Amino acid sequence: MTPTVDIERKSRTTSAGNREALEPSSPVAYFGPSEPLHLDAGIDLSPIQIAYNTYGELNEDRSNAILVCHALTGDHYAASQSPVTGKPGWWSSIIGPGKPIDTDKYFVICSNVIGGCLGSTGPASIDPETGEPYGLTLPVITIPDMVRAQAMLVDRLGIDTLFAVIGGSMGGMQVLQWTVSYPDRVFAALPIATGARHSAQNIAFHEIGRQAVMADPDWQAGRYFVYGKRPVKGLAVARMTAHVTYLSEMALHRKFGRNLQDRERLGFGFEADFQIESYLRHQGMTFVDRFDANSYLYMTRAMDYFDIAADFDGSLARAFQGSKTRFCLVSFSSDWLFPTEENRAVVHALNAAAASVSFVEIETDRGHDAFLLEEPNFFGAIDGFVSSAARARGL
Amino acid sequence: MIADLVEPNSRVLDIGSGDGALLAMLQSRRHVDGRGIEISQTGVNECVARGLSVIQGDADRDLVHYPDDAFDYVILSQTIQATRNPKLVLSELLRIGRRAIVSFPNFGHWSIRYSIGLRGSMPVTRNLTHAWYDTPNIHFCTIRDFVALAGELGATVETATAINSTGQKMGMKMPWWFWNLFGEQAVFVLRRGL
Repeated sequence: MTPTVDIERKSRTTSAGNREALEPSSPVAYFGPSEPLHLDAGIDLSPIQIAYNTYGELNEDRSNAILVCHALTGDHYAASQSPVTGKPGWWSSIIGPGKPIDTDKYFVICSNVIGGCLGSTGPASIDPETGEPYGLTLPVITIPDMVRAQAMLVDRLGIDTLFAVIGGSMGGMQVLQWTVSYPDRVFAALPIATGARHSAQNIAFHEIGRQAVMADPDWQAGRYFVYGKRPVKGLAVARMTAHVTYLSEMALHRKFGRNLQDRERLGFGFEADFQIESYLRHQGMTFVDRFDANSYLYMTRAMDYFDIAADFDGSLARAFQGSKTRFCLVSFSSDWLFPTEENRAVVHALNAAAASVSFVEIETDRGHDAFLLEEPNFFGAIDGFVSSAARARGL
Repeated sequence: MIADLVEPNSRVLDIGSGDGALLAMLQSRRHVDGRGIEISQTGVNECVARGLSVIQGDADRDLVHYPDDAFDYVILSQTIQATRNPKLVLSELLRIGRRAIVSFPNFGHWSIRYSIGLRGSMPVTRNLTHAWYDTPNIHFCTIRDFVALAGELGATVETATAINSTGQKMGMKMPWWFWNLFGEQAVFVLRRGL
C-alpha cells in the first residue's frame, strides 16, 4: 500500500486517539458547574474533566507526590502502556521502581493537559451546550490554565504540597509556571529543556505547523468531525516540520546522512528517495493516528503565548522573588528548540532572585528529544537532584 | 583553611566548586547557605548528587547576573588565574559579596623565579602541573600583583595568609617581599572600600 492511498483512507476514519479523547481508559477527575476552570481568556470553562495516571503509593502524610508534566504531544501515560499506540510510557525509562523517579518511594501523578486530546477537556470533547465537539469554540488555553487545572486535580487527590514538579519542553514550562502560580506548593522543581517564554523562532515553526493543518481542505475550518473527516495531511506535515526541530543536524547526519531508502540510486521523481524523507513521512503518518488536529493548534498556541516575565513588568527575576523552591534546570547542548541559553536565562533570573538553583548542560548530539532518551548523565542529574531533595524533605 | 575564614550561618557563593567538597564541608561544619558555579558537567553532576545548588557556568560570564550584596562571602579558590578577565571578576566578587575570599598560586615564589630567571623556561611544579601550551592558567599573578590590583579596585585587604612549600602558614609579621618570595599559595580576604 502506498502512503498516498493510506493517507486517503486515514482522512476518512476516526483515530484510536479520538476514542480516548471521548472515553478515556485511565482514571478521570470530573469538575462540575460548582468548580469551573478560570481561564486566562477570561472565561470560566465548565464542566471539565482531567484524565490522569498515578504510579506508586501516596505516603501517610501526603508528602511524597511528584507531578510529572507532559510535553506538546505527550500524554498522561508517562510510565504505563499507551492505549493508543500500545507503546510503553514516554518516560518509562525514568519513572518506575528503582529508577531516577522511584515509584517505590514517590507517588507520581501525570495528567493530560487541558486542551489535550487524550481524555482531558479539549477541542475534541463534547460541548454540553451543542452536543458536538468544541472544535474552535473552545477558548484558547494557556500554560497557566493547564497548571490551574492540575492544581484542581492535586487538590482533589488531597495533596497540599507537591514534593516535586518535573517536566521537559512544554512540560518544563508548566513546571516553571507551577513555581510562580503556587510557590508554596512546590518543594522541588525540575524544568528540563525549556524556557520562560517561547522564542520568535519557535513561534515561527508552530505557525508553519498550524498553517499546514488549516490549509488541509479536510480541516473544514476546524469542524472536520461534522463531515466525518480528519486533516491528516496537514497534521502530518505539521508533525514533520516540528520533528526536525526536535533533532539536531548532527544526529540527522549520523542516523541518515544522504542514505537512500530501499533503492540503489536516485529515482528521479518525488517519492521518498532518501531515508530521512521516509523517516519523516513515517513520523507524520503515525502521529495523525494518535493526535487531534485541533488539539495540536491549541497546544502550540499555549506554548506561543507563554511568557512568565510578561506578568511581572518584564522581569523574570521578580517572578521568582522569595521562592523557597529548590530548582534544578537541565539543558542539552545540541537542542536548538530550547537552547542552553534559554534555560540559562531562567537560571540567571533565579540567581538574581537568590533562589536555590542548580543547572546542568548535558553534552549530547541528540537535540531537544534527548530529554525523552536514555542519557546517563541526564539520568544521573535527575537521580542526584531528586534524592538530595528527598533527604532535605525527610523522605 | 578557607572554612576557618567563613562565619557560621552565612550566605556563600563558591566559584569553581569542583566536586563540591568545599561547599559540602561549609554546609555541614559552618551551616552556610551555599551556592556554587562550576564549569564541568561531571563536577556539577557530583555537586547536584550531594544536594548542593550548583550551576554550570563560569566566573567570566555568570557573575554579572547576581545582585549586589547577594552573599556574605564569595569564594574564588585557585581559579582567578584561569579567568579571562581577572580584574572584572574580582570587581564582581566585591560587588556581589560583602567579602571576597581569593586563593591563588603565587607566581612570585622563588621556584618559579628560578625556573624563568635561571633556567629560562616556563615553570612546571608540584602545584602547577601543566605545560605552557596546555595550561588553563592564562593570568598568573604574584602576591605583590594581587595586592596592587586590590588597591586599584579600592578594596581593603582584611586578612592575608601565605602558605609555604611545606604547607605551613607563614608568620603574619613577615614583610610582603618575603611572602612574595617564599609563599607558594596565598589566601586573601577582601572587602569593598577602604
